[in-house]
Amino acid sequence: MILVIAEHLEGKLNRASWEAVAAAQQTGEPVKIAALGAAVAGVAAELAAADAAEVIVVEHPALAAYTADGYVQALAALVTAEAPAAVFLPHTYQTRDFAPALAARLGRALLTDCLGVKADGGGRLFVRPMFQGKLHADVRPLGPSPHLVTFQIGAYRADAAARGAAPAPVRTIAGAVDPAAVRQKAEAPFQEAKQAVDLSQAERIVSIGRGIKGQEHIQVAEKLAAALGAELAASRPICDAGWLPMERQIGSSGQTVAPKLYVALGISGAIQHLVGMKGSQVIVAINKDPDAPIFEVADFGIVGDLFEVVPALVAALNG
Amino acid sequence: MKIAVCVKQVVSREWQLRVDESNTWIRDQDASYELNEPDAYALEEALRLKERHGGEVVVCSAGPARVSQVVREALARGADRALLVEDDRLVGADAFATASALAAALKDERCDLVLTGLQSDDSGFAQTGVVLAETLGLPHATIIMEVQVADGALRVKRELEGGWFQWIAMPMPAVLTIQSGINQLRYATLKGIMAAKKKDVKKVAAPDLAPQHEIVRLYFPEKAKATRLIDGAPADAAKELVRLLRDEARVIS
Repeated sequence: MILVIAEHLEGKLNRASWEAVAAAQQTGEPVKIAALGAAVAGVAAELAAADAAEVIVVEHPALAAYTADGYVQALAALVTAEAPAAVFLPHTYQTRDFAPALAARLGRALLTDCLGVKADGGGRLFVRPMFQGKLHADVRPLGPSPHLVTFQIGAYRADAAARGAAPAPVRTIAGAVDPAAVRQKAEAPFQEAKQAVDLSQAERIVSIGRGIKGQEHIQVAEKLAAALGAELAASRPICDAGWLPMERQIGSSGQTVAPKLYVALGISGAIQHLVGMKGSQVIVAINKDPDAPIFEVADFGIVGDLFEVVPALVAALNG
Repeated sequence: MKIAVCVKQVVSREWQLRVDESNTWIRDQDASYELNEPDAYALEEALRLKERHGGEVVVCSAGPARVSQVVREALARGADRALLVEDDRLVGADAFATASALAAALKDERCDLVLTGLQSDDSGFAQTGVVLAETLGLPHATIIMEVQVADGALRVKRELEGGWFQWIAMPMPAVLTIQSGINQLRYATLKGIMAAKKKDVKKVAAPDLAPQHEIVRLYFPEKAKATRLIDGAPADAAKELVRLLRDEARVIS
């Protein structure tokens, strides 16, 4: 049996939970899905639509708001009681906050950010990206089961999760949480001041990465954006450096976009960036490194120096 | 306040990756190395906290002998002293092995705060800081964008997905994994580089390392999508790209 840990924020199920369910179902093993919280009947009912052996609701007032300590305590008890063959989770920020501590407390291997599963004799190998996605590794978890595995967002399709003919049974158990042992106190989640730039509405986007090398070169990309009638955006390092405002950042910590045309200039294509733009209709990559992962998702590519190619593009567009 | 910063040495972004003969690791004898970027932000945050609250910044790293390079760099940027767990078995180690090595160095230091980057640019586990917290028996929070310290208590701003944030309060000592972009980095000055030569680097023996996983094969991924690569001189390639975007993809007019 594979135990999937679903994720929700204030009663709203994270779609990535379905992706983890799809990954679990594709192993061919029975699947159970757990949801933690104080009042998660709605989430449980939604999850019960899955083709699963059972949905387990782990309830405790101390689980009303997510904390790492609360989740680790409750899940360590649940995993011990259920003794699954493996535990699958979506590789969200929340999973990254608690899963390593859970694995350490259970003394089990944890493989993170996996892209797929391969058969390995009687066991399994997990494919995961290394070196910013430039290489992939087939990895064998060692030590006693259950191994914990997190799956990269988008590695499996949420709509590939099979629905059951009838709703799966829902079982509610009391979470094994000692509130006194929860050291983190979480305040309510909030958004920063409303984003002034809504890049999700842009039809065309020109996006820059480390290859732009300096703030003084951003005008090179601005000219291309003007010639294309495009919005200017960037990968995280550019915004970290303060060269463009954070509100123009594309990726897992910024905006998710799917324009008609996405032009990536000097962006290597770390997964944190790709998740924010790979749904674009047409992707153009200009990068000097032919092995850059951005070419994995690009429809058209030019391997070359953006400082030569981009002015030529502006001339060709305006000519 | 005593702050430890755990830093990792990773192959530099500029180095063209090559897989070794065993097909399980890179040809790292040929590689060039640098400080893992998220750890650089963690170091900067530690230095800023020391400037605000006083105390000491101890840099800690675990790896083969070459990692003394990033330890020296951290000392040059302003860390006060260093702990180095030197062991060749830590090349390509998993997060549990690295965390147990770091814990061996830190367990008797009684730090108020342990900072590290949220993940490494090489293996990208995003686990080491959290496993270290569990190993040391300390509370933790991850992907942190602001650190407030007042009256021995900690309040940190944790980044959630999609532009959401959350403040978390917890007691010290604690472990935090720092998000890139939390601050603006400083670089080593010549004076800092000279001063670093006199700073103390203490070597600590690695504990028993029980690996949690093994890499069976390391390889360049097969392309999932057929990219049309446009060759030629920049002017010709640019013209051809514009033609394709206009006439075939029809995404510009």
